[in-house]
Amino acid sequence: MGNSLNAWSDWLTGFSPMGIPLGLVIIAAIPLVFIALYALTYGVYGERKISAFMQDRLGPMEVGYWGILQTLADILKLLQKEDIVPTLADKFLFVIGPGVLFVGSFLAFAVLPFSPAFIGANLNVGLFYAIGIVSIEVVGILAAGWGSNNKWSLYGAVRSVAQIVSYEIPAAIALLCGAMMAGTLDMQKITLLQSGPFGFAHFYLFQNPIAWLPFLIYFIASLAETNRAPFDIPEAESELVAGYFTEYTGMKFAVIFLAEYGSMFMVSAIISIVFLGGWNSPLPNIGGLELNAMTSGPWWGAFWIIMKGFFFIFVQMWLRWTLPRLRVDQLMYLCWKVLTPFAFVSFVLTAIWVIYVP
Amino acid sequence: MEEGAVYSQHVTQSADAYAIIHEKFGDAVSAFDANETMPFFEVIDLAQWQNIALFMRDHPKLRFNYMACLSGVDYQAEGKVGIVCNLESLGELNHRIAVKLKCDRTGGSIPSVSCVWHTANWHEREAYDMYGMTFSGHPDMRRILCPDDWEGFPLLKDYKVQETYHGVKVPF
Amino acid sequence: MQELDKAGQGSIRVTRKSANVVVLEKDLATEQMVLAMGPQHPSTHGVLKLECLTDGEVVTEAEPYLGYLHRCFEKHCENVDYPGIVPYTDRMDYLAGMNSEFAFCVAVEKLLDIEIPRRVEFIRVLVAELNRIASHLVAIGTYAIDLGAFTPFLFCFRDREHILGLLEWASGARMLYNYIWVGGLAYDAPADFPKRVQEFVDYFKPKTRELFRLLTENEIFVKRTKGVGIMPADVAINYGWSGPMLRGSGVKWDLRRNDPYSIYPELDFDIPVPDGKFSEIGDSLSRHLVRALEMEESLKIIEQCLEKMPSSEGFDPRAAIPKRIRPKAGEVYGRAENPRGELGFYIMSDGKSTKPLRCKARSSCFVNLSAMKDLSRGQLIPDLVAIIGSIDIVLGEVDR
Repeated sequence: MGNSLNAWSDWLTGFSPMGIPLGLVIIAAIPLVFIALYALTYGVYGERKISAFMQDRLGPMEVGYWGILQTLADILKLLQKEDIVPTLADKFLFVIGPGVLFVGSFLAFAVLPFSPAFIGANLNVGLFYAIGIVSIEVVGILAAGWGSNNKWSLYGAVRSVAQIVSYEIPAAIALLCGAMMAGTLDMQKITLLQSGPFGFAHFYLFQNPIAWLPFLIYFIASLAETNRAPFDIPEAESELVAGYFTEYTGMKFAVIFLAEYGSMFMVSAIISIVFLGGWNSPLPNIGGLELNAMTSGPWWGAFWIIMKGFFFIFVQMWLRWTLPRLRVDQLMYLCWKVLTPFAFVSFVLTAIWVIYVP
Repeated sequence: MEEGAVYSQHVTQSADAYAIIHEKFGDAVSAFDANETMPFFEVIDLAQWQNIALFMRDHPKLRFNYMACLSGVDYQAEGKVGIVCNLESLGELNHRIAVKLKCDRTGGSIPSVSCVWHTANWHEREAYDMYGMTFSGHPDMRRILCPDDWEGFPLLKDYKVQETYHGVKVPF
Repeated sequence: MQELDKAGQGSIRVTRKSANVVVLEKDLATEQMVLAMGPQHPSTHGVLKLECLTDGEVVTEAEPYLGYLHRCFEKHCENVDYPGIVPYTDRMDYLAGMNSEFAFCVAVEKLLDIEIPRRVEFIRVLVAELNRIASHLVAIGTYAIDLGAFTPFLFCFRDREHILGLLEWASGARMLYNYIWVGGLAYDAPADFPKRVQEFVDYFKPKTRELFRLLTENEIFVKRTKGVGIMPADVAINYGWSGPMLRGSGVKWDLRRNDPYSIYPELDFDIPVPDGKFSEIGDSLSRHLVRALEMEESLKIIEQCLEKMPSSEGFDPRAAIPKRIRPKAGEVYGRAENPRGELGFYIMSDGKSTKPLRCKARSSCFVNLSAMKDLSRGQLIPDLVAIIGSIDIVLGEVDR
């Protein structure tokens, strides 16, 4: 197990005694899910602390030092809660809704290169897969909203589906700009093409004067895709009580919540891979001081991509706690009349740049 | 108004307004009560109330465009219930006057003026809710604060609270 | 072109384009859905129920149902004496207890026709204006939450906390004060009170600008509220609107100026009305704007009160309180400018009893809310929320 590209994941894939893919499932996938879950619970903690500091409060302070164990206590509480299924709900849809949602948001994790040496599934259409698999979430949301047999849930679900499906168009076109610059859909290769001795200067965002446009478009669209403020109209608590998860309690509620944080990290990771060099270190080599070389490698790579992801999660939280919410029609206006045309413009400009500018 | 007495400005303003109404409607309205705290007159001919209200709202020298308050009152000694309307010309002539109307305690009815002042809509519903007089011509004569199936009219002086409401003991 | 099927399930339009091309168009059959918004709903500000008829996201009609918080204020009034009513008035508009007490005392004092010591008047105005700021802060904060912005809400509550602290110091209670009594005050203001109030004014002045930058001038906020729920001035007057609601429609009407009571004629302050540049006159944004600007005017009033207040030497806040409050027979309609509009009390005394024969509270929220049915017609659900928020109802006052 060396440190070369995909070395760890290749070894894990090969480790299958008696034909059972032990390496990929037992050693990689299950711990990864748990690590992801653990990180996401700390996403919840982070959100509470960040919002608290923005609002002149302290946030959770009681459980553990500075409330560090608060989310664990919350999970424990949610596990003990009664799992209520409304009498008139469509039980099947009601139960599978959160599951589909959760699976949908975590399936994309398979193609995220977490380190130069590790990627769950090194697909040559990784980016395409990541864009496509997110749509499964829509099914989960619709199932949850329809199955709850609650008018507010239905409103939330219908809004959410309309929103996610619409925003996938500018999001996908914006990501295509990145793929065009790389000339591949392979996530690992896209990342690799952005490495170099000058750190951040090799990132696509700084390689191409047009790239900031698809970058911004994708960032805005990703906010809408993950139902984050200012586009959180599907769960707009002042309008629709809690949107499509109004009727959920206990662990199902927690699963929906985790799925939301999962997709937050997912879109943040995708934007950092396509535009900000994924696991590449942003630090440049300055003369003899080889900062870039010092901060590269499998472990550093994992550190960088997670940090970049957390940075974008932080920006998402920052926006959420600052901005009011858009109205449904304004949201659609923004998607179809602003973001989509600009996405096409940036697509054409990027194509021109890629073809005519070396 | 008594001769020779000194009245403050707002009472004389109200008296001037009353004079115009009295000239038009004559005996349909009572004499003017020029007290300092709330100068008022009473509408005796209830059937004229809607016309008086419209006249008061639209006459260029009256312009009572704002109904500040409409309160139901129980005149137990007279065996009547009534309403008191506090009217005002907001932003135009800035004078105020109060109008009183009375009807029978049981089954009494007063013409509604909710088409003249929208404010009266909910206030009349409230007066009905509390005193039991109906307002003829009101678009939506239902109880407003009490539940629809509540018994009796709570603000009448001889009101006795019902024993139970949907199996729940009421007085406690 | 002709219409064929009109049997409920939408209609089919048949258009003959040419000799052998016929286009069939079927309208989507839509069915209206009854949506019960409340009494437990986050944005009805308490226990208001709106029964909405919705066509998709569009509300075709919303009928308000009240009474969930009805606590028989008027019946209680007929059974307690005048000083005993004051605590009940606190519980009507629980966000502006001082103003409610003030209005009631103004009404009773008008009926009693008694002289109030000047220092009492100054302290009354001071605490009432402080309470007005606190109340507007809640209105603005909850409005921000209705539109999805959380942080302004907590900023508002942080600043309101300072005011509640000051009022608690003066009266001993945080929200239900029982501080302004008929003819006087419960206690004199504490010794350092003016100094602390001045500190608060100095602290709060920059905060009003901060609130403007964070919320009022926010592009999304403006987009959500501008042109939503427009109420023309004449209709607003006909509905009996008052306070910031009426001023939002462009009518410069403030009881502190137009029907002056207490020492307001001596004080210098403006009545903010929207000029139609930043907002459309009469829309939700105007109403919000009026509240935001009014807080600055209240700060002005507070500073003048601190400046002009007579000293506390030899001052007894209860000196002018009659031993036995028994007004002469008569009626009065006394009113004062509450943060939510005109709060009036119609009081009828028989001249014999120490209890009023009839005490009716003209609640500003009750009257303002009655326009809801008209305002809500044809609005989207998010706009409906924006309109309810801009009306700034306190259900304690609506239902009494």
